[in-house]
Amino acid sequence: MWSLANPTRFMALAGRILPWLAAASAVLLAAGLYLAFFVAPADYQQGETVRIMFIHVPTAWLGLFFYTLMSLSAVGTLVWRHPLADVSQKAAAPIGAAFTFVCLVTGALWGKPMWGTWWVWDARLTSMLVLLLMYLGVMAMWRTVEDPGRAARAVSILTLVGFVNVPIVKFSVDWWNTLHQPASVFRLGGPTIHASMLWPLLVMALAFTLLSAALHLAGMRTEILRRRVRTLSILEAERLDREAA
Amino acid sequence: MRIVADNLACRRSERLIFANLSFTLADGQALVVTGRNGAGKSSLLAILAARLRPEAGNVRVEGAGEAPLTELVNFVGHRDGLKSALTAEENLAFARAILGRAALTPKEALARVGLEHAARLPVAYLSAGQRRRVGLARLFVSARPVWLLDEPTSALDAASQEALGVAMRDHLAAGGLIIAATHAPLGLDGAATLRIERPVLAADAGEAA
Amino acid sequence: MTRALAALLVRDLKLAGRIGGSGALGLGFFVMLVTVVPFALGPDLNLLARIGPAILWLAAVLATLIGLDRLFQADEEDGSLDLLMHAEAPLELIVVVKGFAHWLTTGLPLALCAPFLGLLIALTPEAMLAVSATLLVGTPALTFIGGVGAALTATMRRGGLLLSVLVLPLMVPTLIFGVSAANAATGGTIPFLTPFLILIALSLLAIVIGTVAAAAALRHGS
Repeated sequence: MWSLANPTRFMALAGRILPWLAAASAVLLAAGLYLAFFVAPADYQQGETVRIMFIHVPTAWLGLFFYTLMSLSAVGTLVWRHPLADVSQKAAAPIGAAFTFVCLVTGALWGKPMWGTWWVWDARLTSMLVLLLMYLGVMAMWRTVEDPGRAARAVSILTLVGFVNVPIVKFSVDWWNTLHQPASVFRLGGPTIHASMLWPLLVMALAFTLLSAALHLAGMRTEILRRRVRTLSILEAERLDREAA
Repeated sequence: MRIVADNLACRRSERLIFANLSFTLADGQALVVTGRNGAGKSSLLAILAARLRPEAGNVRVEGAGEAPLTELVNFVGHRDGLKSALTAEENLAFARAILGRAALTPKEALARVGLEHAARLPVAYLSAGQRRRVGLARLFVSARPVWLLDEPTSALDAASQEALGVAMRDHLAAGGLIIAATHAPLGLDGAATLRIERPVLAADAGEAA
Repeated sequence: MTRALAALLVRDLKLAGRIGGSGALGLGFFVMLVTVVPFALGPDLNLLARIGPAILWLAAVLATLIGLDRLFQADEEDGSLDLLMHAEAPLELIVVVKGFAHWLTTGLPLALCAPFLGLLIALTPEAMLAVSATLLVGTPALTFIGGVGAALTATMRRGGLLLSVLVLPLMVPTLIFGVSAANAATGGTIPFLTPFLILIALSLLAIVIGTVAAAAALRHGS
């Protein structure tokens, strides 16, 4: 059965890589957290709360990255009809949604001491919120269509339309924000970030990237196994049906 | 023109419906597709109607110029494709405009299936058999060469079945092609028969494991 | 080909008007939403006038969504979609015509009706005109963005709710620029034309992308 032959090789390869990837991300994460909490200096304006940045920024970048990854996989599904592309899309959606969600939560935690309120309709936060809604739409679509092949093609189209929409949303939210927001918008980082903060940030970004890669591989393996179970159950039901006849 | 189907395979939600199915059909020829319920007759027609993508193989048309198969077929499936709120005449006029290659007018087509009196009635008022006949009248409003019929005789009485048989023989005599899925005899002498059987399952299950 | 597309437009308009059609339904929903809002907010005319354009735009978004699920589903259910796919016209053009017919029976009436509802919420004549104009050029974006969702959910029994979840985030830019343009016409610091032209651009973009995506969804749906 061709739809399983190729994933079989993937399963073997991913099974070998996964422990190393998980270990590397655990080590880097530990190092990054140590740097972020004990080595990096507190900000002279924001105090200790600036350390939220070391989680907030990598999750924001991964939230966007996973939508891009989903869109690339969607092209793989529609153009090359590759079964691994379907699996990659499906596994990427909840991971991307989770990172986007963590980004929003850490943004709100940071906002409370900075702005005095949990949520402001800041342009970046608002764009991320719309991104989260788009992730939820994609996940809802996955849950609605039972047949994996048909679901993958439908989700691909939705994902790509959303991908085109991301810059438009960003542009319109920026526009909307300049209309309504007083000028007190806090800008992250900026070009003047000090090296003592940059290094922990880069280590954390790398750690989160490896972690997300490990999660994505594990998610893909789970999805492949789920499809095998589904296929075997259907064929078994058919066989029993035939024996009974 | 010729329709060539090459090694078609069809899979629906992991079940292999059929595989290695090939045939060639030329002007004036008919193909009757038989097989028990669920064997994949409708799936084959859906593939030919470009409403279902085959798992493997392809269908091509030779000698019909640029036109793809979708612009050559006149498809009457088990859903009639009629709008209940429109009259029989409006439905056929719409099909005539959409399909192009205008042939009989809607009135003439309805006369051909014995429903000229129902032309002004909304399709919602018609019985299942009458709706079926309006659906089949779509074959006459456009001069498309390939008729794709899915169980064309269902819900038809004996007289209407006879009339359909006459219409199909006329179409073949005029050089048309017919592919019909049915389990009732259609009265087409000399039509090729394609019987779809389920492929052997053991091999399939073995590969999956 | 033109004949086929004209026939499709006439058919969809007829269907919207006949029994079981959704012709006036969206408009009725729109009127009801706008009428209900003051009951929640209170009868403060100053407040209502200030947020009036936003109310009308939100109601227009919801009223457009409410009828969209049947755009392709009705044709899928009775088999007409087979006929449309065999038409002597590319599926993309079929989708454009169906979207246009839907807009004529949903979006256009909303834009025309908005000034009368503006009276209820104390909009100035300029504001009424501005809201109408923005709805006129903005509702095509709503229809065609929604059309993608309609095509994706065409084969689903209860696609309406999923449709809304899928397409509402995509409608955010249209909503932003629609309300901005309507507000800009009645004061504020930005000229009316800036958001208005962007709104037109969004509509044109939505027509192109929405059509291609909806046609792809219908092709891949089977």
